[in-house]
Amino acid sequence: MPRPLRTAAAILALSCASNLAVAQDLSTFRVGMTAADIPLTTGNPDQGFEGFRFMGLMLYDSLVEWDLSSADKPSTLIPGLATEWSVDPDDKTKWTFKLRQGVKFHDGSEFTADAVVWNFDKVKDPDSPQYDPRQAGLAAARIPSIVAVNKIDDYTVQIVTDVPDAFVPFQVSYWMMSSPAQFEKVGDWEAFAQAPSGTGPWKFVSMQPRKQVTMARNPDYWDPDRVPASDQVQLIPTPEASSRTSALLSGQVDWIEAPSPDAIPQLEGAGMQIVTNSYPHNWAIAPSRAAGSPWNEIDVRKAANLCIDRQGIDQLLGGMSIPAEGHVTPDSPWFGQPTFKLGYEPDDARSLMEQHGYTQDAPLHVKIAVSTSGSGQMQPLPMFQYIQSTLNQCHFDVEAEVMEWNALLALARQSAEAPDSADKGINGIIVSRTLMDPYSAFTRLFDSHRVPPNGSNWGMVNDPEYDKLLKAAREEFDPAKQDKILSELHEKVVDNAEWIWVTHDVNPRALAPNLKGFVQAKNWFQDLTPVHLEE
Amino acid sequence: MFSYILRRVLYTIPIALGVTVICFLLVQLGPGDPINALLPEDATQEMIDQVKAEYGLDKPLPVQYATWLGHALTGDLGTSIATGRSVSTEIFSALGNTLMLAFGGMLVSFVVGLTLGSIAGSRQGTLSDRVVTGFAVTGVSVPHYWIAIVLVAIFAVGLHWLPAMGMGPRGSTGFALDWAHIQHFVLPIFALSLIPTGIIARSVRGSVSETYGQDFVQTLRAKGMPERQVFVHVARNACSAAIAVMGLQMAELLGGSILIETVFVWPGTGQLLNNAIFMRDLPILQGTILIMALIFVATNLVADILQTLLDPRIRR
Repeated sequence: MPRPLRTAAAILALSCASNLAVAQDLSTFRVGMTAADIPLTTGNPDQGFEGFRFMGLMLYDSLVEWDLSSADKPSTLIPGLATEWSVDPDDKTKWTFKLRQGVKFHDGSEFTADAVVWNFDKVKDPDSPQYDPRQAGLAAARIPSIVAVNKIDDYTVQIVTDVPDAFVPFQVSYWMMSSPAQFEKVGDWEAFAQAPSGTGPWKFVSMQPRKQVTMARNPDYWDPDRVPASDQVQLIPTPEASSRTSALLSGQVDWIEAPSPDAIPQLEGAGMQIVTNSYPHNWAIAPSRAAGSPWNEIDVRKAANLCIDRQGIDQLLGGMSIPAEGHVTPDSPWFGQPTFKLGYEPDDARSLMEQHGYTQDAPLHVKIAVSTSGSGQMQPLPMFQYIQSTLNQCHFDVEAEVMEWNALLALARQSAEAPDSADKGINGIIVSRTLMDPYSAFTRLFDSHRVPPNGSNWGMVNDPEYDKLLKAAREEFDPAKQDKILSELHEKVVDNAEWIWVTHDVNPRALAPNLKGFVQAKNWFQDLTPVHLEE
Repeated sequence: MFSYILRRVLYTIPIALGVTVICFLLVQLGPGDPINALLPEDATQEMIDQVKAEYGLDKPLPVQYATWLGHALTGDLGTSIATGRSVSTEIFSALGNTLMLAFGGMLVSFVVGLTLGSIAGSRQGTLSDRVVTGFAVTGVSVPHYWIAIVLVAIFAVGLHWLPAMGMGPRGSTGFALDWAHIQHFVLPIFALSLIPTGIIARSVRGSVSETYGQDFVQTLRAKGMPERQVFVHVARNACSAAIAVMGLQMAELLGGSILIETVFVWPGTGQLLNNAIFMRDLPILQGTILIMALIFVATNLVADILQTLLDPRIRR
């Protein structure tokens, strides 16, 4: 080999080898997110619930927050920037929220009732100088019944709704408080995005779009138990699953979201921690209940539910799922005791179908819209093909209408009888759902008044019993009684086989062996404050 | 020459306009909606209408296009629907990142492709020729994103010699001429250069071997010219075709590789376009494709000019 080439090769080899000896910086842990870009930094984040997880709940707080401290019990609402709240017994459209005192925004200004009113105008009043169309789009849809916020005194606000709505605390948990003083200082939201200020446990340090965002511990955080254990955290958009896995295995990151199921054995073999937990998610077929839909027959829906091999799907996913037993996970306070048992009983399924004239030679043709990927969609195509193969053995002829995630969401914004679905013969849709709060879990999906664009009841479910229970739940301000009503609703929904339920995700994540402190809550959101690297 | 260049520059205008019209129409025709990037799926119709009005998405398509074009002519490419950031800032930041990879890929592919193609072309039928041809065919045939994943598996995950992703070490905000930064370029540049290397090597091989078959080469040898000097003459005659191929490959590299940038989490134009497609972020799509089209045209113009300068026959 010529001398210059030998020299170059030696330099390259030494340089590469030097990477083996680099000491790890333990003050900062790095997270590989599935998002393709940094979530919006101004307050209410984009990028779905991953945006809340890795931006909204890190830089900001809401008046009411989710308890993310336990992996064993369902995650419930706890005081955040509000210490207590109550509804006026004489006028249940008026809530009083007592604010936490002594809380400061990262810029040093104080959090008061004025800030709450200001943040309401930020998302609801187009005439206010702080109105942000982007945050309005993201936040306003999550606080649909709140029509006014009034200051009572410096640490008390009144929240007014259009109708009595016991779900207000849930709504408020999705509404983040940005600093008015910082906005005044920088002048507009574009500048605010470069220098955001909230009250959260983490402070913004720097950001390069599409590359990374760095946050530092907020030592003055109002909850001393949640002052971050780590000095800093870096969040890196890494949308490709194999890239995330490689980054963790090569030591470039310490935490990755959603490793693909087939990478789990390799990650475990390399000593990575695989953490999973049940959380309020489901992956199911929402059938059309429009006039003329074959799914209007309850026996057909039951037959489909009895012809899905959920254990087989769990194996397909490498154990990264919880086979569905209903609409919500079995450990949900809303599960109740439905009598219809979801299981794999193909003989019973075929019998039900034959009662309505369907046979293997004359199957029932159904067409289901499914995406190639998407938030919470897990592994949609392999899962769909598995379902298709079993359903086709039970006198169904299942056809897929495969589309990209954005296109599926566009379809889901219309009802089952809209031309985009009806003209193509689509009579089922698979969109993964969050079930974190009663509105998300039930109201928007089963209330007859929530057919798109007023909600997500794509299938046009219309059952007066459901509407009655949903109204009762919404007007029941005692949380325990509300849970009871919702569990009664859940029992009815399952016993009516309203949907064809398949599975629940377990939100797998892979952590480096020396990353400690993480507790995976039963929630889409997670708390990164206890997380830190050890030797 | 000046009129030739002027003519080519003027051709750019209808090309750029045509590209933006086609891009605009394709995005409008496809299913999906930029609203999905801005609003949760159960946003009310009132909110949807309000947001559409704020972003001008409620206007007729010709009006939307004309508005965009009017701003683009003044250098304002608008604001990203998905991120709210300036499109120009997004594009030029991404372009800078892609250019770093592209120039590295060009350097590797030109040097290696020219060298291998010349060796193969000058030693037709020999083992060297067959090895080089095999390498070139492999480079062109094997999916480069697959090679990229394999390289990461070996050198990053297996050996821990090189990083798996990203542009720089943790906390790095730019490029520095040190190994901590340079190492991030090694695998992506290697993967990116495989296809152009293969194409250039094959083209150069063909061009060189054809030139060797011409009468003047026999004449030069008959006159007793050393083989090395004969090769210089052959190279001069063969380079015109090589430059044309290299120009096309350069333009391809400058356009960015969605797949390579995705595997290596490289925030370049490929990744920017990929995300914009999924988000239906029309301002980003329009602006990026316009800039890419202009670069493509400019690059090929430079290649054509170089060809003309090097080969007097083209001038005539």
